[in-house]
Amino acid sequence: FFKLSGPAFSSQLKVCRDKPFFLSMNVDLQTDATLQVDISDALSERDKVKFTVHTKSTLPNFKQNEFSVVRQHEEFIWLHDSFVENEEYAGYIIPPAPPRPDFDASREKLQKLGEGEGSMTKEEFTKMKQELEAEYLAIFKKTVAMHEVFLCRVAAHPVLRKDLNFHVFLEYNQDLSVRGKNKKEKLEDFFKNVVKSADGVLVAGVKDVDDFFEHEKTFLLEYHNRVKDSSAKSDRMIRSHKSAADDINRIASTLYTLGTQDSTDLCKFFLKVSELFEKTRKIEARVAADEDLKLADLLKYYLRESQAAKDLLYRRGRALVDYENANKALDKARAKNKDVLQAETTQQVCCQKFEKISESAKQELIDFKTRRVAAFRKNLVELAELELKHAKGNLQLLQSCLGVLKGDT
Amino acid sequence: MAASSERSPPPFPDSEEPELLEDSDEGADAFTGTSISEMDSPSPDSTKPPKDIFNEPLEDIFSDPLSNINSEPQKKVDTKIPSPSSDEAVDLFSDPLDDDSEVVSSPEVQNPMPDLLNEPVQAPKSDVLGEPPVHKNAARQQDIFEDPPKGSSKSSSVKKAASAELFSDEDEEDLFKELPKVVTKKPQPSGPPVDVFTEVKSDVKVKPQVKDDPTDLFAEEALTAPAPKPSASSSSSRTNGVHSEEHDLFSEATVELSLDSPRNDRKKKDAVKPSVSAPVAPVASSSSKAPSKTLEELEEEESEDTFDLNISVTNPEKVGDGMNAYMAYKVSTQTSLTMFRSKTFTVRRRFSDFLGLYEKLSEKHLQNGYIVPPPPEKSILGMTKVKVGKEDPSSAEFVERRRAALERYLQRVVSHPSLLQDPDVREFLEKEELPRAVSTQALSGAGFLKMLNKATDAVSKMTIKMNEQDVWFDEKIQDVENEEQHMRKLHVMVESLVNHRKELSGNTAVFAKSVAMLGSSEDNTALSRALSQLAEVEDRIEQLHQEQAANDFFTFSELLADYIRLLGAVKGCFDQRMKAWQRWQDAENMLQKKREVEAKLLWANKPDKLQQAKDEIAEWEAKVTQYEREFERISATVRKEVIRFDKEKARDFKRQIIKYLESLLNSQQQLIKYWEAFLPEAKAIA
Repeated sequence: FFKLSGPAFSSQLKVCRDKPFFLSMNVDLQTDATLQVDISDALSERDKVKFTVHTKSTLPNFKQNEFSVVRQHEEFIWLHDSFVENEEYAGYIIPPAPPRPDFDASREKLQKLGEGEGSMTKEEFTKMKQELEAEYLAIFKKTVAMHEVFLCRVAAHPVLRKDLNFHVFLEYNQDLSVRGKNKKEKLEDFFKNVVKSADGVLVAGVKDVDDFFEHEKTFLLEYHNRVKDSSAKSDRMIRSHKSAADDINRIASTLYTLGTQDSTDLCKFFLKVSELFEKTRKIEARVAADEDLKLADLLKYYLRESQAAKDLLYRRGRALVDYENANKALDKARAKNKDVLQAETTQQVCCQKFEKISESAKQELIDFKTRRVAAFRKNLVELAELELKHAKGNLQLLQSCLGVLKGDT
Repeated sequence: MAASSERSPPPFPDSEEPELLEDSDEGADAFTGTSISEMDSPSPDSTKPPKDIFNEPLEDIFSDPLSNINSEPQKKVDTKIPSPSSDEAVDLFSDPLDDDSEVVSSPEVQNPMPDLLNEPVQAPKSDVLGEPPVHKNAARQQDIFEDPPKGSSKSSSVKKAASAELFSDEDEEDLFKELPKVVTKKPQPSGPPVDVFTEVKSDVKVKPQVKDDPTDLFAEEALTAPAPKPSASSSSSRTNGVHSEEHDLFSEATVELSLDSPRNDRKKKDAVKPSVSAPVAPVASSSSKAPSKTLEELEEEESEDTFDLNISVTNPEKVGDGMNAYMAYKVSTQTSLTMFRSKTFTVRRRFSDFLGLYEKLSEKHLQNGYIVPPPPEKSILGMTKVKVGKEDPSSAEFVERRRAALERYLQRVVSHPSLLQDPDVREFLEKEELPRAVSTQALSGAGFLKMLNKATDAVSKMTIKMNEQDVWFDEKIQDVENEEQHMRKLHVMVESLVNHRKELSGNTAVFAKSVAMLGSSEDNTALSRALSQLAEVEDRIEQLHQEQAANDFFTFSELLADYIRLLGAVKGCFDQRMKAWQRWQDAENMLQKKREVEAKLLWANKPDKLQQAKDEIAEWEAKVTQYEREFERISATVRKEVIRFDKEKARDFKRQIIKYLESLLNSQQQLIKYWEAFLPEAKAIA
């Protein structure tokens, strides 16, 4: 019986960081020598992934200059949530939390493969296993990269990098003993979200006094929906591209069997074509993988980033509504000449909060745009270059193969 | 490879088994001193032969061949039967095993061997042992192989050499040395690898046969002892299934064997000349060698197979309305052949006419062993869509697919030198009005295919019984079987590629639209522009995928579909050949029976009926000769056809796959163009 084994499925999978990938999301993050964070290592165990978070820093609040800790996905989520819940950070775009590692799909496939083992030849089985392992490895690398991107964004943020929780996360070399949310908390979260989105609609309906924010609001609402759509569509496109590459792989191996079976001079021909397909399918799979990396992941990241920006606008909108309500309450109190002082303080608090958010939010949104444009530029250029590279590789293979085949006939 | 090597060995155990079983059965009988041995023992020769049969052959069978089997054939198996195809091989080989294993279960295989090696050597003194089978074998073999003088003369020369080399002291027992010679000789010239294969192959094949014959003889003795005539192999086909009943039959055998003995003596005299088991071997090898000379001639012939005849099927048109509607196609011919009335002519034909043509052709030519190209299947679903549907792209694709298939079908028909001469083909191409083909209605589509398959299956069951003596056919039948299996698999995968490519094309189109929208909402001008450019690139790529999917389908997938059908037709030819063989063998058996009747009459001293019996024998002898000739003729035709088919196949595949690769090449060139145009746009983002 086929167990979870092989390089990708070994319970302890080590992965070296995929630097180019990691960089693709973080084009303009300031590279500041005072605090550098990366994930130097990752281990995949059954249902969880352990990330080794490596920090290099000259900041005085760390005991050492260089250290590493082991963190799990839940701890990343905890850190993210602590930012979101912190009122102080209401005026910033909180870097989106990394997505949960999801190996279920490829585990399921693996299970199916194990069940179907008897019905296929050894070559087919090996091939399928290789495909699955490659897929698993790709998901794994992506997961690692997404977690790293989150940390780097935080480390590069002028305010968030000074966060105490963040420092604890980086330095405390034991389990943070954060737990996943229990049912009750999840339910609470759910209601909070319902209220928030209902409130969001309400807040969004309020005409903004500031043209900049009014524009950003309309833009982000539309942009978020479109990028969501594009992200889903690109996934589907890439998935069918992968399937086509897998088909070519299988065609190659069947042609190979035909080639070894055939007793006529056609066998050489089949073998040659099989060899060609074996190579082109590799390129085709690379095309799909690169599109995934450069296009789908970019869109997915900006889907979450634009959500974070939207959240910022919501918080600002909420503060604005609160401020306006406080103004009204103050007017009423003055008219009635009752509780004026209290209303005044509330109004002042609201005003301060709103102004503080507005002040940092404007810069955050401008940064968001700069980052976005730079990231798209970088990724699209790389995408085009890779597509060209692969197409040229394919072309060359086809040309040389055709040369040989035509020479034979 | 591990899996296949696990599977592949069976042929060899199998090939060993029959002999072991045989001998062990025999041994048992001999030692228990049943009536068989006593009945037959009186023959004078019997004292010497046993030594040989059990001494020499044993040596050879158990030493040499085994080592051969273990060395060379192993290679053969590895290369020839990797992976699932081995099923076929197993099928062919395993039947004798099944039959025999009813008598002796396989685990015992190892026991008989030591027994045989030891006991028989001492046993001969009881002068009982191998006699009966030996003589009968000799008698039968002789009759079979007297006709083809090559085989026997060859065997006798071989035989002499053998005796000179190996058994110079006992020259008169050529009979029994023949086997060793043949067996041991083969592996020696195994210098060139190809030879190794054919030689070893025949070697391996021969052995089961050699052993099979004893099996048959023995079984035969048990069941129908009266069959001491040529039908060694035919009897095998009939008795195979009956082995299990041996118990009941043994008693019978004792009675009937006594009838045999007089004639046995008579036959023995002749039997001395042709060897006992050797004939089987030389025939197998000689038949593979002799035609191989003509094989080259055939190939030369084939290269001249080009005719100046261009056929195209165009302009599919819907005729009529509703469910009675049908598609009519324009069949245009361009030729300089004088057999046609003019140089260019056009007729309109409907699909059932094409099917009708196939019906007529297969009726006439299939029985002669011609590969009649099969037309595309009738598709009720596809046609109904066309009938009902308006301008549906899928029905347009269906019509185009069928048009192309019909064109290829006709081109294959007319490129066949014999089929082109057929008046029906000419009529189909030339005649203005064709009588409506009715029979195709009932036989169309799936039903027709099913019938064909059923027939093939039914016949293929018989194949197992056929004791294939022609190595070429034996290999070819297996090859075709394997090839068909792999082609089917490949076809499924290419179809899957077509579907995925279509899916990819659709998804790319959707993505392009989505990116265009994203671009329109992007507020950075340069990025917005780049995104809409990307959308355009994706749009073009979508077109490219769509075209490529069409190429996947029409150039690659349809080629495979055609050849799956054609391989079916090839199998049909093999079946026809086998039917001819069956008829011949049946006649042989009948003759056998007639001779038995004569023998009984002689013994019973009834001269009055003797004349009639003799007439009948003459009549059946004539039939046997006729059927045998027919079998030889169809074998030659099928062989020629298959060689022609292989050449055509190689040509078709090369042409089509090169065309397919060129389409891929073109796709990549376009892709490069598109991305090169996009790159500066991406770089312009600021």
